[in-house]
Order: sequence, then structure tokens, then C-alpha cells
Amino acid sequence: MTNPSFATILDTAAATPAPVLLQELRGQGRTRFEALGLPNRRQEAWRFTRLKDIEETEFSAPPLVPSRIDVTPWRRADAHALVFIDGMFSPDFSEVDDLPDGVVVSNLMLATASDSEIVKKHLGSLTSLDDQPFAALNTAVLADGAVIHVPAGVEVESPIQLLFFAGKSDSPTVCAPRILIVAGEASGVTIEEHHVGTEGSALSCPVSEIVVEAQAVVRHVIVQDETPTTQHLASRHVVMGQGSRYSAQAISLGGALARTDIQVDLAGEDAEASLDGLYLTDGKQQADSHLTLRHKAPNCRSHQLYKGVLAGSSRAVFTGRIVVEQDAQKTDSTQSNRNLILSDDAVANSNPQLEIFADDVRCTHGSTVGRLDDDAVFYLRSRGIGREEARRLLTLAFAGEVLDRIPLEPLREELQQRVSERLALMERSGDGA
Amino acid sequence: MLQLKDLHVAIGGKEILKGIDLTVKPGEVHAIMGPNGSGKSTLASVLAGRDEYEITRGEILYSGQDLVELDAEERAREGLFLAFQYPVEIPGVSNTYFLRTALNAIRTHRDEDPIDAMDFLALVRDKAKLLKLDESLLKRPVNHGFSGGEKKRNEIFHMAVLEPRLAILDETDSGLDIDALKIVAEGVNSLRSADRAFVVITHYQRLLNYIEPDFVHVLMDGKIVRSGGRDLALQLEDQGYEWLETEPAAVGA
Repeated sequence: MTNPSFATILDTAAATPAPVLLQELRGQGRTRFEALGLPNRRQEAWRFTRLKDIEETEFSAPPLVPSRIDVTPWRRADAHALVFIDGMFSPDFSEVDDLPDGVVVSNLMLATASDSEIVKKHLGSLTSLDDQPFAALNTAVLADGAVIHVPAGVEVESPIQLLFFAGKSDSPTVCAPRILIVAGEASGVTIEEHHVGTEGSALSCPVSEIVVEAQAVVRHVIVQDETPTTQHLASRHVVMGQGSRYSAQAISLGGALARTDIQVDLAGEDAEASLDGLYLTDGKQQADSHLTLRHKAPNCRSHQLYKGVLAGSSRAVFTGRIVVEQDAQKTDSTQSNRNLILSDDAVANSNPQLEIFADDVRCTHGSTVGRLDDDAVFYLRSRGIGREEARRLLTLAFAGEVLDRIPLEPLREELQQRVSERLALMERSGDGA
Repeated sequence: MLQLKDLHVAIGGKEILKGIDLTVKPGEVHAIMGPNGSGKSTLASVLAGRDEYEITRGEILYSGQDLVELDAEERAREGLFLAFQYPVEIPGVSNTYFLRTALNAIRTHRDEDPIDAMDFLALVRDKAKLLKLDESLLKRPVNHGFSGGEKKRNEIFHMAVLEPRLAILDETDSGLDIDALKIVAEGVNSLRSADRAFVVITHYQRLLNYIEPDFVHVLMDGKIVRSGGRDLALQLEDQGYEWLETEPAAVGA
């Protein structure tokens, strides 16, 4: 399957000046993307994903001059910020204050041009292009993105905000930001990543590569709040060293289709990964979360909590694959996917997949798809709370379990507000809606 | 205040209550006793406004108006309160937030302003003390992870904050040890007043040692088979319910 408009985009990208390293990567990406083509629903990993719009939309390369967007509503005063508009770095809106010695918070073009060892060593090293067509597309049109390096032993106190704006131009564009995060031994950093759009539409296909070295701690919050016509297909790859911690809360609100493929390799002993997600879908929206947690070393722990609220005739897919390799004894892995359905036509698919090759492990998983609990609604009403308010409260409480885990208080409060507004607008129907 | 006239109630086509007459006046405490399956909890649910019960005959008047016409939340706003036999856990909603939302819904109904945050805090602290409820339970999600006793005390705590005119206690004593039972009873007794009425539903006489009823009714197979004073409860404790099955029904109240 292919989309003829991609040929022009690939040619434009190949002709755009860039450091040699990026040009080489583009070439590899292009070869791979052309070989793979767009995925189709006969492929198991794409069976439930609606790709028709991507096949049929005529996309163009990002505009040469980035759109004018007022980013202030998204900027948080207490955070360092790198801002990207239509995939291009915007130095005017970015603001990186005093950082501890050796910490790099830069855009990819600049970091690559300055011969960054981190970029040379890690860029493209985590992402397997073999079966990831949109990661291949991202690589083929590689333009800019964020590079964060925290050297060993350093804790970056203020969060680092990465803001990606897409799709304000007249015709749908391809927006392919790249993120590389390397947290050195026993370092610590908090990243909040936003994918935002205000108007227009885009094919947004970000790729993140995250290296968490021994004893390092990376806290990561991802917010996807793009326009209702945007196709968002993200890939995230995390490699964790011994005793390291990686926690992520992914909040998916916007887009026609929002799919994230996440792979976390627990490669060092005693590593712990916590992956939480919340998706709200309405109308004909689709939100897909495909996680692979690969336990490669003994005594690692992984936890997944993904929750969805579905209204209208929207759809959500959760695939949680836990692979426990032979050496990964004493693995402790939990997975929970819970979906709250607000209308008769919304559908949630939940697919846990366990592949266990070690014998001394504890893996638990559970998934639910259901309506609000009638007993709970009645309990609230019997105390004087109106039916609508009772449902709103219970739905917000359901979503709150994930939001409560966001470690950044201002962002958490902002998202609670945003989620509450979204829920109020969602189409409910049927009994117990 | 509350008047049941020939009340018949069915669920799923099966008749559970088969003609109940009961009059509760302000200031009174009525105990409704009966063996398991007699329809006690159905009566409580119907009064609170659960949708799945069908009233096939008779009527329920509350302060002169037809209670059946009111939704559950409207009943609560009109001063009716049900303490649940099995309080529901509400993860993600804090006990105080829940109570404040409920209290403000009731106040709005009465054309009163929402309660001031400081006044509310003082109110819940005061009432929590009355029920010997640990303050940490105020911040925790409603009933979530509470012990059985804590849940029951939390129900009475809610009642104390919302100050209903008519409170129905559905087996509030079940699962309580004697200390918790005394705390709950003290909470209820502190709320007794000339303009507030209680319907206390229980299987055992024990609770009535601490909450002294003005009237005791025995419910069996969906009917009140006997009504009397405090003595009737003691007689039931001595003799069980079986003797009533053979005696001819003597209906009063």
C-alpha cells in the first residue's frame, strides 16, 4: 500500500541541506520506508488500526517558513523549553535557562552540526526500522528535533518541556519530530512532551529514543492534543540499564487516529519501568497503544496501567506485550487495561500478550471494558448529587487514577482541567451512559 | 412525615412487598425488624428511589407529596437519607469532595449559597469527631479501602453532615463490633430531634439497646405482621421470629 504524495515529500527531504549524519540516516529511512510501504490491516500489528485516511490524503512537505503560532498558552514558566513548529526548531520561543554543567538541551540540527558524540552514538540506534513504517518515514524525512543529555550524577531540577506544533498550514503536512534523550549513570531528569495543534491537519509521526543508563531516573509525560483531523503515529523506544527507573504517563486527547508504539527494553538487572496511559476518544476518533516490554535481565519490574474513556462511535486498541527472556528470572510484571464506555457504538479492544521463557516470574494482567457502575451512580444520587453530575464525577475519577500519577503538579492540574472539559463534551448514549 | 399506604413492590415481576401500611411522624424512631428475605432492604431501596423496583399498588407520601414522582437525588435534596447496608466504594473521589458536592446540591435546592470552604472544613471535622472517624478517612476516596466498621461509621458521618429530615438506616449494625455499634448509635442519638424521624431496619434487637425506638414493626414475607413498642423487640430477641408465623396477624400503628 502506498500514497503517491509521499514521493514528493521524500524527494524534498532528501534535497534539504543537513549534516552528513542526518543525510545518511534519511537515506536508510527512505530505503526502508519504500520497501515497507504503508502498513495494511492484513498485518497483525495493524489489524485494528484505521489507515484509510493516511492512504488517501494528499500530504505535502512542511512549509519552508514555519506557521505563526502563539505558544504562550502551552509554555510553563518553571520549565526549560524547546519549541518546534511544523517540525522546525523555533529559537524565538525556546528558552533554556542555566543548566547544570555538561547538560545538553538542544535541537538536533545544532547538536549534530556541533559533532555531538551523543548524537553520533545513539541517534537511530534504538529504533528498529524493520517493522515500523512510520519510524522509517520519520527517519526518511529527518529534519529536526530535541536532544537531551544529562551526564552521570547530575539531577536536572526543572522539567524540560518539548513543544511540538503541527498542521497550521493550508494543506495536510507531514511532521516528523525526533527526540533523543540520554540520561547518564545515576542522573535524573523530567521531560514533558506536548504534541499540539490548533488548526489544519497533519501526519505527525514523532520518534523518541531514550537511553536510561544504570541508576538513572527518567520521568516522562507525553500529551497528545492535536487537531481532530490529525493522524498521529508515534514510536518510542526506551533502553534501561541496571537499577534504572523510567516512568511515563501518556495522555492522548486529540487526533483522528492517535497510535503509539512503545518498546521498553529492561536490559539491566533491577530496572523498573512504569507506563501509564489515558486516552479519551469521541466521534470517530481512534486511539491505539501498542506496548512491548522486554525483560532481558533478572529482578526487573514493569507496570502498565492504561485507561480509556470512549464515547461516540470511537475506538481504542490496547496491545500489551510482555516478553520475559530466559535470563530474566524474578521478573515482576503487571498490566492493566481498563476501558469505560459511554456510548453504545464505542468499541475497545484489549490484547494482552505474554511470552515467558523464564520459569521464576510473576506476571499479572487484566482488562475490562464496561459502563459506569450503576451502584456507584445510585450511591451518589442518593446523597443529592444529580445524575449528570454523578456520572461526570465518576468518569473524572476513573481518568484521575492516571492523571494523579503525573509528577508535575502544574501540568497535572492543567490536564485535570482539560480532561474535565473534554469529558463534559463527550457524546453519551445508551443505558448507564 | 412518611406515609406508606398498601404498598406493593415487585422486582423482575416477583412481588416482594405485599401491602405495607406505615406512618412515621416527625421526632419518631421506627424500627423495622424481620428475618432475612422478608423485604426489609427492598423497603429501604424503594424509599431511596432505586429505579429497578416497580410499585405495583399503593402509594408513598413524604411530607404530603408523592415520593414516587421524585428521582433519588430529588428525594435526598428534600431531606431523605439512606444509610446503605453495603456502602459503595468510589475510587478517585475524596470523601470530603463528595460530601461537599452533595451538601451543595442540597443547599442549592433550598436556594441557599454553597457552603464556604472554611465553614465546611469546620463542619466535617466536628462531625468526624462525633463518629470517631480518623481524619485521614476524610481525604481518602469514599469508602475505598475502609474497613467494614469504617464504612458504616462513614454512612452515619455523611448523615450527620447532610442533616436529613428522614433517615433510613439499612442494617447499619450488621458487621459492627460492640464498640463501633455504640459509636454509631451515639451518632444517631445526637441527631434525634423533634423534627427529624428515623426508620431503623435491622435483623437483630441489639442495635435497639442503644437507639431506642418508639415503635417496632415486624416485617415477614413482605407484610408487617405485628407492630408494637420497645417490648416487641425484646420479645423477638427471646423467642425469635417463628412464633409470629403461627400467630394471627395483629396489625397496628
